Amino acid sequence: MKNIKKPFAGISKNVNVDNRSSKILDSIESAIKNSGLKDGMTISFHHAFRGGDKVLNIVMDVLAKMGYKDLCVASSSLASVHDEIIKHIENGVVTQIYTSGLRSKLGEAVSNGLMEKPVQIHTHGGRVHLIKSGELNIDVAFLGVPCIDRLGNASGYKGRSQCGSLGYAMIDAQYAKHVIAISETLEDYPNMPASISQDQVDSIVMFDEVGDPSKIGEGATRMTTNPKELLLARRTSKVIENSGLFKDGFSIQTGTGGASLATTIFLSEKMKEQGIIASFGLGGITGTMVSMLKQGLIKKLLDVQSFDEFAAKSLGENPNHIEISANEYANPSSKGTAIKQLDVVVLSALEIDKDFNVNVITGSKGLLRGASGGHSDTAAEAKLSIIVAPLTRGRIPTIRTRVNTIVTPGDSVDVVVTDQGIAVHPRNVELKKRLIDAGLTIVDIEELHERAINLCGQPTAIKHTDKVVAQIRYRDGSIIDEVKQLLK
Amino acid sequence: MKLRRSMLFVPGSNTAMVCNAFIYKPDTVMFDLEDSVALSEKDSARLMVFHALNHFVYKDVETAVRVNPLDSPYGLLDLEAVVRAGVDIVRLPKTDTVDDVLEMQAAIEKIENEIGRTKKTKLLAAIESALGVVSAVDIARCSDRLMGIALGAEDFVRDLHTQRTKQGAELMAARSQILLAARAAKIHAFDSIFSDVKDKEGFLAEVNYIKGLGFDGKSLVNPNQISTLHEAFAPSIEDVDWAIEVTEAAKEAQEQGLGVVSLDGRMVDAPIIARAQWTLELAQASGIRRD
Amino acid sequence: MSVLKKSAYAGTLESSDAYIQVSPIEEDDIKIILESSVKEIYGDAIEELVRKTIQDMNVNNVLVNVQDKGALDFVIKARLQAAILRACEMEQPEWEVL
Repeated sequence: MKNIKKPFAGISKNVNVDNRSSKILDSIESAIKNSGLKDGMTISFHHAFRGGDKVLNIVMDVLAKMGYKDLCVASSSLASVHDEIIKHIENGVVTQIYTSGLRSKLGEAVSNGLMEKPVQIHTHGGRVHLIKSGELNIDVAFLGVPCIDRLGNASGYKGRSQCGSLGYAMIDAQYAKHVIAISETLEDYPNMPASISQDQVDSIVMFDEVGDPSKIGEGATRMTTNPKELLLARRTSKVIENSGLFKDGFSIQTGTGGASLATTIFLSEKMKEQGIIASFGLGGITGTMVSMLKQGLIKKLLDVQSFDEFAAKSLGENPNHIEISANEYANPSSKGTAIKQLDVVVLSALEIDKDFNVNVITGSKGLLRGASGGHSDTAAEAKLSIIVAPLTRGRIPTIRTRVNTIVTPGDSVDVVVTDQGIAVHPRNVELKKRLIDAGLTIVDIEELHERAINLCGQPTAIKHTDKVVAQIRYRDGSIIDEVKQLLK
Repeated sequence: MKLRRSMLFVPGSNTAMVCNAFIYKPDTVMFDLEDSVALSEKDSARLMVFHALNHFVYKDVETAVRVNPLDSPYGLLDLEAVVRAGVDIVRLPKTDTVDDVLEMQAAIEKIENEIGRTKKTKLLAAIESALGVVSAVDIARCSDRLMGIALGAEDFVRDLHTQRTKQGAELMAARSQILLAARAAKIHAFDSIFSDVKDKEGFLAEVNYIKGLGFDGKSLVNPNQISTLHEAFAPSIEDVDWAIEVTEAAKEAQEQGLGVVSLDGRMVDAPIIARAQWTLELAQASGIRRD
Repeated sequence: MSVLKKSAYAGTLESSDAYIQVSPIEEDDIKIILESSVKEIYGDAIEELVRKTIQDMNVNNVLVNVQDKGALDFVIKARLQAAILRACEMEQPEWEVL
């Protein structure tokens, strides 16, 4: 037999000296050139920095300068800071977007027909499904991380731009063909424990800043004093207490609005009174949840996104505060998701209709200004999904005959709590009885709708053209609704 | 008996508050046209309150309006507006003498007759001066339209040439006098506002204090105060248990044709039975307080 | 018929309120300029309300400038009527009409 290669030919102690030092490249351009990115390919970002993100805009500007065209941008979500991308869409650099949320000027521009291809609005869990099913094929992932070592071990719970959980980025790191990690703080090797691993990262680029700490946190960890939010919180907490699920070992997820945070605080008080300890809190973790963890009211926090610096810090310090990926969180095709274990979820809404369908993405004027996020994921799987919203916002009725856009189908909604009444989905016969026995007044959703319209007047319908500007993808990838262009 | 624990003050010129007050379900919504409304806005606020009173959201909650004094350019116009709009109670801004009440009553009666309104608008006298306090007994008895008297602490304390303190020693005499006068005339007694909205403990302490004195209710400046107040005024589980025992004993005695009701070897007479009934109604309306 | 003697305004630019200015004009008409935070869904209804309210007050030859911040109907009426009464220098309206 002829040997083509000499045995151990590649083995030499010092032959790979270059690879030993680091994956750090001198510029984002080099990293892009190195990645093999071509026109028409798909690039991705994650949104753990929220409104404080600096990565996406810089990368897009560089890609535009390098002459790239026809790219598909898949950012797990988009914030108002990303309005800068509008010019890249106008110039043909970006022709397709996958995201969970559209807001601000970008949302407005898309609503007015900026893009030819409809934007794909997915849920947090649904994004993972789209990736795994092969529809969303990420060629190059640009992952901003607060700190990293020279081989690519990256974490989010420390550093100047600490963002806490890298739950969404972890998915991109796993599935993208090529991963460029972007950081501002170089730690000594090994920067472990790491959320993104050295064996997932192709190259590293150091920026001055990947995030603006003052805008990463969502702020407001103090209890609200707004009377409406407190009223909603009191009611919601009463619903939870009397739902039959409020006992030792229960689990909960809440949103971040004033009413949601106040709800957790009211619940904490009742938990202390009744000696109830929650088995886990999920989300979307805020300082309020961290406080409950510290007080021993919750055993564990499962964190896919840390909403403030308290949560980010806690993730790094507390062994009971655990980072989970979006796949472990909510992917419908995952082998196991936390939401399937969830007892109670408290969600908000822009609009709710008489069939209990919920809209969290388009406003009263028909503009795209929200996010699908984990809304329909959690509503579908939690034992009790509660939608909390004021009956009217100024002159805008929350309860409609039909929502402008369905994000979460009424089938997955259990209770609607407003400041002027509580409605229980007709299928929940026992729950309704429990709540009435507890002294809560339960009304039909039609009654709530009537009241809202009597207060505000019947709104005229928004006029659209036939052009579809966004498709709302349900968790399983199916199209649950479409958003049409506004008629001017 | 109508519960009047919470009287939410709503400045008539504050649109957002006028549009939202009903949501918080105070026992009474009190629209103010007097001190909280600037002189240049008196007419606009009057129209706002007129329309609010006519609006369906305020039809199933008790409404009151604090009008301007009759000797001001605004008072009579205020009455024209609110009486026509069907307000439940007119709150006199400052009641020093019996004549103050009778004058207001006469002015209201005139308007009611003009428009053919049969429902008698009630009166609530705010006592805000030393003279008012010493005249409280006469004031409380002088009109069958008068449903209650209230203490206006800020102005009263100024009239006394002193200041408000947390402990409230300066209000002791006024509170006692007003309460006694109200009870002698069998009408409601209301305590003054607690303006430091951030001080939850201070507010609760004052509420428990005036509840202990016997007051029926209190004026409030912020909807957040309503639930704290209602909870504090709710009967405790012991109160409710006692009330159930008493009413059952009374029922038993009636069934057996006994003239006297006894519980645990002690005689229970009509006032006690009435109190027990009231406690049960209160528990029904406001829940049970967890001490 | 009530006649405007001067321009006047009522209301504020706070959320849920409406700032309404009325001025006398030569033309035998009710001219309405509407700016509203809810113009897309309630613009027509608000204009109709303004027109009807003025007509009920027996007023004509008026230019109405409405800056609405999502006010409910009764608030718009109250502010509009206050402005008109101020412009007509009338203290006491005919309450039944309002």
